[in-house]
Amino acid sequence: MARRENPEINAGSMADIAFLLLIFFLVTTTMNVDSGVSKKLSEKPPPDYVPPIIKEKNIFEVNINRNNELLVEDDRMDVKDLKEAAIKFIDNGGGVGTPGEDGSPGKPCDYCKGERSESSSDHPNKAIISVQSDRGTEYGTYIQVQNELLKAYTVLRNRLCNERYGMSFDKLEEAYSEDKNNEELKKKVEDIKTSYPQIISDAEPTS
Amino acid sequence: MSKFRKKKKGMPAVNTAALPDIVFMLLFFFMVTTTMRETTLKIENPRLPSATEIKKLEHKSLVCTIYVGKSKDPGRDGVGFNKIQLNDKIASADQVPAFIIGAREKVSEAEVPFMTTSIKADKESNVGTITDIRLKLRDVNALKISYSANKTGN
Repeated sequence: MARRENPEINAGSMADIAFLLLIFFLVTTTMNVDSGVSKKLSEKPPPDYVPPIIKEKNIFEVNINRNNELLVEDDRMDVKDLKEAAIKFIDNGGGVGTPGEDGSPGKPCDYCKGERSESSSDHPNKAIISVQSDRGTEYGTYIQVQNELLKAYTVLRNRLCNERYGMSFDKLEEAYSEDKNNEELKKKVEDIKTSYPQIISDAEPTS
Repeated sequence: MSKFRKKKKGMPAVNTAALPDIVFMLLFFFMVTTTMRETTLKIENPRLPSATEIKKLEHKSLVCTIYVGKSKDPGRDGVGFNKIQLNDKIASADQVPAFIIGAREKVSEAEVPFMTTSIKADKESNVGTITDIRLKLRDVNALKISYSANKTGN
């Protein structure tokens, strides 16, 4: 009787070990997702296109030279100060915004918290940031500058979004991307985006 | 005494019932983590710049990638960080439109406006090269660009 018995190793916990490993790998693996600074190019202008005349005070000029140094509004500046300068410029709100598409006159910026100085931008939707770089500028610096400018917009959008909807803009966008059909969220996202539109233009580089 | 002795009799077989589980687990793990690169890099793996305001690229099939960086074979392609790689060869900015049009043929017409061009350029490449590419992209109306970058903290 005892000789015929074939005792097996208990394999019941093998599955547990397998799951443990699986969970360990699931948690520790970071998947390599492509990510980057996204940008939308302007369309190619027709040959007879006359650029509109923009007031000097509505343009925030950023120059990067071939030694990767910054010249912002004719002053030298470090990259780390660029964000503050950009926020100050965008959020100035010294005048009225662009007229609406239906012909209604432009409204002054009632959500801006800037200095409302006469010599800086009129309205966030008029404020243009122009980045001019040299052909020899390092790409890393260029991206850094773009990143700082985008940060400025993020700060402003988050602030406005917190005031209006009680959550940060990042959270709002996240919620919207999870629920694309939610009209209410879409309206909120659009509202914030039009309040602080990202207008960053790339000027032809100097050589 | 006899109670202990009877267990030593015979060679118990290791139960292999869970082996498929383990194999499947490994299989799934590799399936999930493997990213296939369709092209072999002719340039050295670009050291991407880092940024904080980055967005993930969605719809991998709608992304075409342009690499900019230093050639692995400076004897043939020359030195410098401004070599452009399209598909699997070093090219010049003039060939970018053809590359984009070629990529467009692979997707349905309705999806063409959602196509994104990802530029993977080395930190030390020059803005001039990027501008050349950008102008060419604008010529063929490929307006969505993503400058590939690594996420940094803060």
